[in-house]
Amino acid sequence: MSTLAVHDHGVAHHDEHGHEHHHNETFVSKYIFSMDHKMIAKQFLITGITMAVIAMILSILFRIQLAYPDKTFPLLTTLLGHFAPNGRISTEFYLSLVTIHGTIMVFFVLTAGLSGTFANLLIPLQIGARDMASPFMNMLSYWFFFLASVVMLSSFFVQKGPASGGWTIYPPLSALPKAMPGSGEGMTLWLISMVMFVASSLMGGINYVSTVLNMRTKGMDLWKMPLTIWALFLTAILGILAFPVLVAGVVLLIFDRSFGTSFYLSDIVLNGVQQPYEGGSPILFQHLFWFLGHPEVYIVIMPAMGISSEVMSVNSRKPIFGYHAMVYSLIGITVLSFIVWGHHMFVTGMNPFLGGVFMITTLIIAVPSAVKTFNWLATLWRGNIRFTPAMLFAIGMVSFFISGGLTGIFLGNAALDINLHDTYFVVAHFHLVMGSAAIFGMLAGVYHWFPKMFGKLMDEKLGYLHFWLTFIGAYLVFFPMHFMGLDGVPRRYYAFTEFASMQKWLTINTFITWAAIMAALAQVAFIYNFIVSIFAGKKSTQNPWESNTLEWTAPVEHIHGNWPGEIPTVYRWPYDYSKPGAEEDFIPQTVPFSQTMSSNLPHDFEDNPAGLEELNKYTSTLKAEEKVK
Amino acid sequence: MMASIQKNNDRLDLAPKKFNMWIFIFTSFMFFAALTSGFIVYSGGKGHGLNVIMPSAFMYSTAAIILSSGTLLLANRAAKGLRFGEQKLYLWLTLVLGLAFFAIQIYAWYVLTYKMGIYFTDPNASRSFIYAFTGTHLIHIIAAILLLLNTLWGTYRNIPQVRNMFKMEMTSIFWHFLGIIWIYLYVFLLLNQN
Ligand code: HEM
Ligand SMILES: [Cu+2]
Repeated sequence: MSTLAVHDHGVAHHDEHGHEHHHNETFVSKYIFSMDHKMIAKQFLITGITMAVIAMILSILFRIQLAYPDKTFPLLTTLLGHFAPNGRISTEFYLSLVTIHGTIMVFFVLTAGLSGTFANLLIPLQIGARDMASPFMNMLSYWFFFLASVVMLSSFFVQKGPASGGWTIYPPLSALPKAMPGSGEGMTLWLISMVMFVASSLMGGINYVSTVLNMRTKGMDLWKMPLTIWALFLTAILGILAFPVLVAGVVLLIFDRSFGTSFYLSDIVLNGVQQPYEGGSPILFQHLFWFLGHPEVYIVIMPAMGISSEVMSVNSRKPIFGYHAMVYSLIGITVLSFIVWGHHMFVTGMNPFLGGVFMITTLIIAVPSAVKTFNWLATLWRGNIRFTPAMLFAIGMVSFFISGGLTGIFLGNAALDINLHDTYFVVAHFHLVMGSAAIFGMLAGVYHWFPKMFGKLMDEKLGYLHFWLTFIGAYLVFFPMHFMGLDGVPRRYYAFTEFASMQKWLTINTFITWAAIMAALAQVAFIYNFIVSIFAGKKSTQNPWESNTLEWTAPVEHIHGNWPGEIPTVYRWPYDYSKPGAEEDFIPQTVPFSQTMSSNLPHDFEDNPAGLEELNKYTSTLKAEEKVK
Repeated sequence: MMASIQKNNDRLDLAPKKFNMWIFIFTSFMFFAALTSGFIVYSGGKGHGLNVIMPSAFMYSTAAIILSSGTLLLANRAAKGLRFGEQKLYLWLTLVLGLAFFAIQIYAWYVLTYKMGIYFTDPNASRSFIYAFTGTHLIHIIAAILLLLNTLWGTYRNIPQVRNMFKMEMTSIFWHFLGIIWIYLYVFLLLNQN
């Protein structure tokens, strides 16, 4: 039935297409400088996936070095030239690889790729808007992101290689162009790229917030919004408040680099020559960086949380457990994430009292995170679960969030962190809680909304293969790192064989590398599935997952403005799954209560006395009939 | 039918766009909050005071920017009352005052460096912060002047009144905000000058 309806819409639309609008849509305005949020979402997604593949290849390169520090691979020299002389990645290039891998993954994939894709796709479609508040700014947001990506990658083509001071670009390495090879042009390109990236993020974020607040359809009050929208909305707010602080930090860094100020520099000796910088404070940069940096990690995870909540509710055929608690914990995370940044700086010599304050705030932020976890588990509990690939990835997201979140509690203790800071324990922590969890949330979103984006279904079998290999691979890669960290193995070292006390970890490193290669190969299944399904996938129906949210009421064929005719009105929250008394196990948000008398509950009419009266009348007649029988 | 809805939307679209400006103001505010917090962390942590008496030029620039907010208010009132000649006049005045603010700030830099010997590259970065504050604020002022020019240009092209008012409001929000930010920065510097 729904396909028929779709077809109808399509025809009606094509009719209008002819005479009224869209008359001057060209290839360029449709696919390149598009101002349509759905197209921009796809642009973000495809750029994001491309960047993810590149960053993944970088990680395999440095994993090869860690597994075989004493072997030579002539192929590497062929591929990388002077970055890998004599078949071994050079020490400097190793650091560049780590830095650019981190930068791309955190910012380009999990910030722009994730928020950019799903905020663009879902905000207008799920709140019932024709497009973003400012489609033009939205287009600029993508193109700034694209340019930022190009500039970041171009740093591989400068003589001395890309930035190499770590994704956190602490001065003095980042502030003194002569400090090491990567501090030169590579670092300059990194800074240019990030300035464009921040501009892109801000333009996107401003649009998302404004659209959610101003352009919801009739009936869509804040408490009827799906959790995806809540999460993307709060993520955008976090970005708006946090990114400008990074810009401030970077502006001062640029002054130090290029104008000779000493905001961050003091007592520097370069090649035996005392430098003129005095009185600067490198710790100041860390404050400014982590004031962004910590909210940034939640910018990365909150969209994944929203996506998983939605996907898990749909595929458990159950209302999300504790909708209000989910929203309040997102808000709690948003607020608290601004007062915990000091936990990245416990060992910078900060006043122990201040360390204590940051420790307490850090442990408090674990509370809303735990609330969310319990609610996901309770949503699954006795659900009528449909194990679609999207559902598996959403469950995987919860799994990683738990196993990575637990180690956060240890790191959050100022005293324990003295041992753990800058070891592989931290690497394990954030790759599970942020890296894997957010990637799984993103993949859940891709599998779930692929039909909405491309009108086709992805292959399920390949989806399962992709899930299991990636899930197992990620645990095999990151779990052993905890033990390395507990043993004091530091992060960002080139070859552990140089230290007698760490040589025993070589076998583990080799094991991790092979697990990483397996997980990387598993992504081929995804890429193949993704590309082939776009062109040759099975045609999707309008609402393939039998979901309640608004985007599935829009026709499969994409049209500018999303809905032909009027925008649908919303009457209920998005989680009426398996409501007792209902005819089907889902009731879309657009179905008024008057059409679902048999499943209405007194609770549905909290602020609607007339409706409650109707319901009471209905139930009393039912009772009367029963008595007659 | 859909086309007509879209046309309607076009008009309504202006409200969210104005909202965008408000959010942008927020981001900009966070930027300056970060810079001033940076100053506090820096000067507190290292015991580096500013020890600079602010040049009196800053007083004149403050006067200029406050006056410019006044003339912009008058321009706004004139635009609402459909008195377009008056609107243009006050917009021009605002522009002149804005440019004057810009010039006086640059002059203040001249006084600071050449008369007082306070350099941007001072080893005491508290002093570099004076330039960081005023410089990044001036970049915002350039953007505001471009916005103002755009509005002024609109008044000469006889654009519809809705759009005229929209431009006026966008410019006003940004312009007044920059005035407030400057006063904040100036008071902040005065409070920390020794
Ligand atoms: C359950 C609550 C959490 C606590 C208590 C916590 C605590 C910490 C602490 C104390 C550190 C610093 C470790 C060190 O450098 O010595 C840290 C690092 C990190 N955390 Fe968490 N964390 C939590 C959740 C998260 C989440 C949800 C994410 C991301 C989605 C995240 C991402 C990161 C990242 C990226 C780093 C490392 C940054 C770096 O040094 O490169 N954490 N965490
Ligand atoms: Cu943190």
